Amino acid sequence: MRTHTRSGESQCRLRTRQDWCVRLCVAAVLFAGVAGGETASASEAVIELAARTVVKIYGAGGFRGLESYQTGFLVSAEGHVMTAMSTVLDSGEIDCVLDDGRRYEASLLGIDPRREMALLKLDGEGLPFAPLDGGRLASRTAAAEADERTGEQNPPAAAGPLPHGDLAPPATRVYALSNLFGVAVGDERVSVQQGVVAAVVPLAARRGAYEAPYAGDVYLLDFTVNNPGSAGGLLVDVKGQPLGMLGKELRSSAAGIWLNYAIPLPEVAASFHALLTGESTEMEATAESFPFDTRLLGFLLVPDILEKTPPFVEAVIEATPAATAGLREDDLVVAVGSRSVTSCAAVAAELSRIDDGDAVRISVIRDGQIVDVNLGPRPPMRLPVAEEPVLGEGR
Amino acid sequence: MRDATVQMPLVRPARLPDAPGRLRGGWLVCCSCVMLLSQALVADGREVAAEVLAAQQHRVEVVSKISAATVAVFAGEQGGGSGVIVSPDGYALTNFHVVQPAGLAMRCGLNNGQVYDAILVGLDPTGDVAVIKLVGRDDFPYARLADSDAVRVGDACYTVGNPFLLASNLQPSVSLGIVSGTHRYQFPAGTILEYTDCLQVDAAINPGNSGGPLFDAAGDVIGVNGRASFEKRGRVNVGVGYAISSNQLRNFMGSLRSGLLVDHATLGATVATGADGKVYVSDILESSDAYRRGLRYDDEIVSLAGRPVRTVNALKNVLGILPAGWRVPLVFRREGRVEEITVRLAPVHAAAELAEIAAGRRQSGPPQRPGEGPAEEESPVVPKLPEPVRDLYETKTGFSNYHFSRLQRDRVTAALRASVGDENLRGVWEIDGTLEDGRPFRIELSDVLATIDLPTGTSRLDPREALDKSPVPPGSGGMLVALVVWRKLLLDGPETVGRTDAVGTAPVSPDLLPVKAETSLADLLRTDVGGVSAETFVAMDGGPTAGRVVGVDLWASPQADPCEVRFERDPAEASRPAWMPTVIEVHSGSTRFGRFSIRSFQVRPADSDATSTEEPAS
Repeated sequence: MRTHTRSGESQCRLRTRQDWCVRLCVAAVLFAGVAGGETASASEAVIELAARTVVKIYGAGGFRGLESYQTGFLVSAEGHVMTAMSTVLDSGEIDCVLDDGRRYEASLLGIDPRREMALLKLDGEGLPFAPLDGGRLASRTAAAEADERTGEQNPPAAAGPLPHGDLAPPATRVYALSNLFGVAVGDERVSVQQGVVAAVVPLAARRGAYEAPYAGDVYLLDFTVNNPGSAGGLLVDVKGQPLGMLGKELRSSAAGIWLNYAIPLPEVAASFHALLTGESTEMEATAESFPFDTRLLGFLLVPDILEKTPPFVEAVIEATPAATAGLREDDLVVAVGSRSVTSCAAVAAELSRIDDGDAVRISVIRDGQIVDVNLGPRPPMRLPVAEEPVLGEGR
Repeated sequence: MRDATVQMPLVRPARLPDAPGRLRGGWLVCCSCVMLLSQALVADGREVAAEVLAAQQHRVEVVSKISAATVAVFAGEQGGGSGVIVSPDGYALTNFHVVQPAGLAMRCGLNNGQVYDAILVGLDPTGDVAVIKLVGRDDFPYARLADSDAVRVGDACYTVGNPFLLASNLQPSVSLGIVSGTHRYQFPAGTILEYTDCLQVDAAINPGNSGGPLFDAAGDVIGVNGRASFEKRGRVNVGVGYAISSNQLRNFMGSLRSGLLVDHATLGATVATGADGKVYVSDILESSDAYRRGLRYDDEIVSLAGRPVRTVNALKNVLGILPAGWRVPLVFRREGRVEEITVRLAPVHAAAELAEIAAGRRQSGPPQRPGEGPAEEESPVVPKLPEPVRDLYETKTGFSNYHFSRLQRDRVTAALRASVGDENLRGVWEIDGTLEDGRPFRIELSDVLATIDLPTGTSRLDPREALDKSPVPPGSGGMLVALVVWRKLLLDGPETVGRTDAVGTAPVSPDLLPVKAETSLADLLRTDVGGVSAETFVAMDGGPTAGRVVGVDLWASPQADPCEVRFERDPAEASRPAWMPTVIEVHSGSTRFGRFSIRSFQVRPADSDATSTEEPAS
């Protein structure tokens, strides 16, 4: 418990200077309550409600350390599912299995590359869902209401002023529900883990250590939640308040430390509304709005001056992956991976859709022959410095 | 996923990992909680609710209790693990993969600072379970096995044990968490170390926790920790550990305490998920009992052993907690019609194969370091054992330690004898009564002749001859033979009838599954006599019918369906001795041969036996 709090402290910029001792105390006191069994039925009810909204997702992958499964959660009774954007979704067939074992084929409505989220839709109605408007899970438990009345054990009250508007404060006790390691199948319930919010910090503070396009606040957690398959899972407080979405696995390139975090619910809500209204989140559009800079791989295309500039290689930079792989000037790029490209913009867009670390293979026409060039793992994108407030809705 | 889950390795004592993961050292947590609480009281002058303090006090007491029953298992140079004592005379549970490198003897530390010698008792390589026995006391602190089917996701739980072999001072580490999942299935390594119907927890399970207990909030054992999911973060806890359920352990406990090399069960059929998500038979062996009972390719499995089967995992979960040889109800659907059959579960392994796995000579499990394994077991010579356990080992094919089978056999035999008392039963047993349709039957059993008169005809055999030649009456599978063996057991005792071994426990009726109480299991004795093999069910200690023979399964030949005889007793019956049944029910294969209600049961003294020409020496 303490080890992680300290590591959190040393690595991130804390926005408040509250007395950690008091916070841990609150956590300890509340923890003692549950372990003593007094609120066992309440916790069971909360877990039950939360688990019903969580969806096991199956798609592409299953080789080279890429999982073919992840997690999502229902955000509408009609079958909208928010999940993490990943290679799992790069499949013609995305299967969603609900808590009761019902299986649906889902369609991908859109992706949000900045928050690395995606919106799926399955054909259902009257489904249980986690509300994104700040409300609790469907039915309130008597115990939770009782707690509210007394107010004594309410973490926000005990922890002092909230540093982050309606984000849950540190020391909030939480459950994480996810399809970790793909261990649950069919009507088997996803895994439930318990812990405490250790800190609320901007992920941007980690640039250079943890590469992720998302730059807003995250909940840092004191337990290992970001396991294979966990991405897209639900973080909920012990009273049944959905708090956020478990993020993808992130590891510090410098320290080798894995991050345990979740993206707060207001971000999920903002992403959902943007994706639902189609606000510049169509797949091509989003990819094109964050074009990949080919210089990161070691080559330049000809200046993009036409509506569809043919993607000829203008220059190859020495001692780069492109040079090592044998890419040459005047090669015409015709495909990125298995997708054909006909313009410089399309090349940049396609490259942006490849995950960090995944192999980049392009096909070029050289002397009338098609030549495959393997450029090795894709380096992380460099994003424009976070322009405000797409992330700020709901605060 | 394929490689995501691995058995906890044995920890080499030389190297302690730097543990970057979450080591929720329970003592640490508790200490810091107490410290922080007092700080809060001082710093803020805030009152701590009485129930919070009471809950904290309760937890301290539970931790104190569960720590005393937890064992640090030392397997010498090969490392070690953890275990838990489950009886005052020192029987303890641990993992197969913990004791395997140690061979037959190991040292066990308790938190009283004492180290005790222990001997291997029973092994279950498939389920990754071992029972060992600590020696030197008859008042060991022990833990109770709870009903793991009552465990709910979110319940508090403790893992206790010896992670990273930290317990150099013999004080176990305690970690508190919640149950993350129930009825989990974890793929085996080859054909062994399969975790079925297991519990998943976020309390820390690290290398060295293997074999240690998982306790519920009350301090009862709900599982034995044995593996965890690891992938990218090194071999440390990532909040995803698995424990073998206490209900599986209870099912196997009788076999393990009998010193058996225990095997798991198979239906003799494979299943697959159909397009509609239901579970269908995808292949079935014609030699399997399931096939003989009528299960066919493409039948939909509805339930097994009283538990619904909606996924392939669910079927594996039910099967994986049952020992081979048990008979279980199976419900299937074919063309909309639902049928129920009773299937005798077959062993997964050939006996020799299992012995090789247990001895570490066959690499079915996770990769072992080369050259390991108890080489001394290559020879039939009993290896040199430490003095305190030297007399507690005996080698025999099919057993991990035959000494304990002998102990169980002697215990069950004594109970069986006590159930009969001093009554002189030698003579002709005359049993009269009616069948279900009201027609009469008569059975006579003596040392020289056994007859049964049924409306369909009379059958007889000579108990002094080979018994496998006459599995009469026809269609019963050998009911008369079973009754002859039953009489011999009660008169002469199992050890003089033929070679008799204690072979664990089983429910006397498939209707008693899933097993909810230990008294619904009966002790099993296997006797080879006159060319036939009989398994006798003896009611367990603790029940009202302790020591009574409640059933005999008789194999006239290994290939044929056995005759299953069950002896029932009307609790209201008071005039006859307790060992005498009031009803005998007989099944064989898919046939219910008959239900025999006994009106009169006489033992006529031997000297008035007119047919007797010579009295065999007794």
